[in-house]
Amino acid sequence: MIRRFFRNRLGVAALLAICGLFAVAVTFAILSYLKVPFPQDPNLTNLERKLLPPNPVNWLGTDNLGRDVFSRILHGSYISLTVGFVAVAVSLMIGVVVGAISGYAGRWVDNILMRVVDAIMCFPSFFLILTAVALLGPSLWNIVVVIGLVSWTGTARLVRAEFLTLRETEYVRAARTLGQRAPAIIFGHILPNAMAPIFVTAVLGIPAAILTEAGLSFLGFGVQPPQATWGNIIADGKTYLLDAWWLILFPGLAITFSTLSFYLAGDALRQAAETRIERK
Amino acid sequence: MALLEVKDLRVWFPVLGGILRRKVDDVKAVDGVSFTVEAGQTVGLVGESGSGKTTVGRALLKLIPATSGKVTFDGKDILSMSERRFRPLRREMQMIFQDPFGSLNPRMTCGSIIGEALTIHFRDMSASERRDRVAELLRQVGLKPEMARRYPHEFSGGQRQRIGIARALAVKPRFIVCDEPVSALDVSVQAQIVNLLMDLQEELGISYLFIAHDLAVVEHISDYILVMHHGKIVEAAPAGEIYRNPQHEYTKTLLAAVPQFA
Repeated sequence: MIRRFFRNRLGVAALLAICGLFAVAVTFAILSYLKVPFPQDPNLTNLERKLLPPNPVNWLGTDNLGRDVFSRILHGSYISLTVGFVAVAVSLMIGVVVGAISGYAGRWVDNILMRVVDAIMCFPSFFLILTAVALLGPSLWNIVVVIGLVSWTGTARLVRAEFLTLRETEYVRAARTLGQRAPAIIFGHILPNAMAPIFVTAVLGIPAAILTEAGLSFLGFGVQPPQATWGNIIADGKTYLLDAWWLILFPGLAITFSTLSFYLAGDALRQAAETRIERK
Repeated sequence: MALLEVKDLRVWFPVLGGILRRKVDDVKAVDGVSFTVEAGQTVGLVGESGSGKTTVGRALLKLIPATSGKVTFDGKDILSMSERRFRPLRREMQMIFQDPFGSLNPRMTCGSIIGEALTIHFRDMSASERRDRVAELLRQVGLKPEMARRYPHEFSGGQRQRIGIARALAVKPRFIVCDEPVSALDVSVQAQIVNLLMDLQEELGISYLFIAHDLAVVEHISDYILVMHHGKIVEAAPAGEIYRNPQHEYTKTLLAAVPQFA
C-alpha cells in the first residue's frame, strides 16, 4: 500500500506540502511560545502603518491595526493544524469505539447506537458546533473538542461497516472456535484489518476540521483575538474587503493550500488502500 | 459411549417481512438431524450447496445458536451451556475451514496464528515453549518450522490449509469439524490434505465430522456417511454400503454425479 501511494505523484507532492506545513507550524509554535518577533511581532500594532498593501517590509501587507499579515499567518498556522489533528483524534476515538461495538455486537446494541448516530447526523453540525461553542466559551480546546464530538458519526458508520464485513470472515470464526474473547478478536483480528480505511477517513477529516475552525473564526466564535488564526484574519479583514484585498486573499490561500494538500494526500491514500489485490 | 451425540438438531433462521420486520416464516436450514460420532471415527456429511451441512458443523461448535435439539459431547450437554462454561470445551472441539485464503488473518504471521490457540488454552506456556510447540505442529502438518515467520499470502492454498490444520491441532482436540477442507484446493493437493488428515487421525485418535459436497472425497476418508438434503438426513450408512447399495433417490443422484474415469 505504501509503495502504491508513492507511485501517485500528486499524492507525494501533497505529502511534501504537508511536511512543509508541519515544519512551519512547529517552528512558529515555538517562536510564538518564546515570543520571538520573527519575521515581525504578529500582535504589534502600529497605527501609522495600517492597511498598507504588500511592501518590502510587510511582504503581505498590514491590517487595520498595522499588524504584519505575513507574521500573523505564520504564527496562526499551528492553530489550524492543531485544530485539524486534535479534532480528528477526538472524533476517531469516539467513532472507532462506537463503530466497533455497534458492528461487533449487532442486534439491539447496533440498532440503538446507529439511531443515535442518525439523530446526530440529522442536526446541521455547524450550528450544533456554533451553539456549543457559544455556551462553553470559545477557547481553542473547547472548539477542538466540540468539533471532534460532532464529527465522529461518519467514522462510526465506516468502522461499523468494516466490522460487519470482517466479523463474518473465517479467521474471525476460527478465533471464536478457539474460544478467543471478544476484546482480543476486536483488537487482534478485526481492527488491524480495518486500519486502512480508518486512516484514510482520518486524513480526510483534518481539512474538514480546519475549515470548520476557519468558519467559526470568521463568524467570531473561533479562537479569540489577539491570537491570530487564518479564520480570524479573514474575519477582521472582511470590513476592509474593498480597500485591502491582501487581508482576505493571503490567509484564504493558506487555508486553501493546506486543506487541498490534505485532501489530495488523503485521496491518494484512499486509492492506494482500495486496491485490495495484494492482501498484506 | 459415543464421543458426540446429536439428537434432533434444528437450526431455523427467521425470515422477517413487512414494514414491522415481523417474523413471517423460518428457513429450516437444519431440520431434525440426529447422528453419533464415535471416538477415533470419521463421519462424512455430504449434500449439495444449501443442504445445511455447514450449518450443522457451525451449530455443533456453537458458532450459531441451535433452535432446538440436544448435542452431547463426552457426556456433556453443550447446547445449553453458556459461552463461559463452554470455553474449556472449545479446546476439545475444533474446526478446519473451507477457504484457505479467508481462514488466516492476513496481518498475522503463520507462527502467531498457530500460537494464538496456545495463548488461549495453555496460558502458563512460556514464549519459548510456545515457539517449540509451533515448530512441532508445523512439522506435523508437513511444513518447515522456519515458515512460522511468514505471512499467509506467502503460502500456496495447500500450505495455507496445512496451517489451518496446525491451528486446529494446536489445542489437542478430540473432535474436529472439517468444513469442506479440500473443496477449494487443486485435485492433486486435495489428496495430500485428505491423507494428512487420515495420518493425523491414526496418530492422535481424533474424530472427524467431514463435510463435503463430493462423495468421492468423503468415501475415501469416512467410516460412516450421512447424506443431507434440504436440512434433513435422507440416508445414513457405512461408507461402503452407500456405494454398493444406495437407498434414497437423492443419494443415487449424487452418486451418478461423481465423475467416472476409465
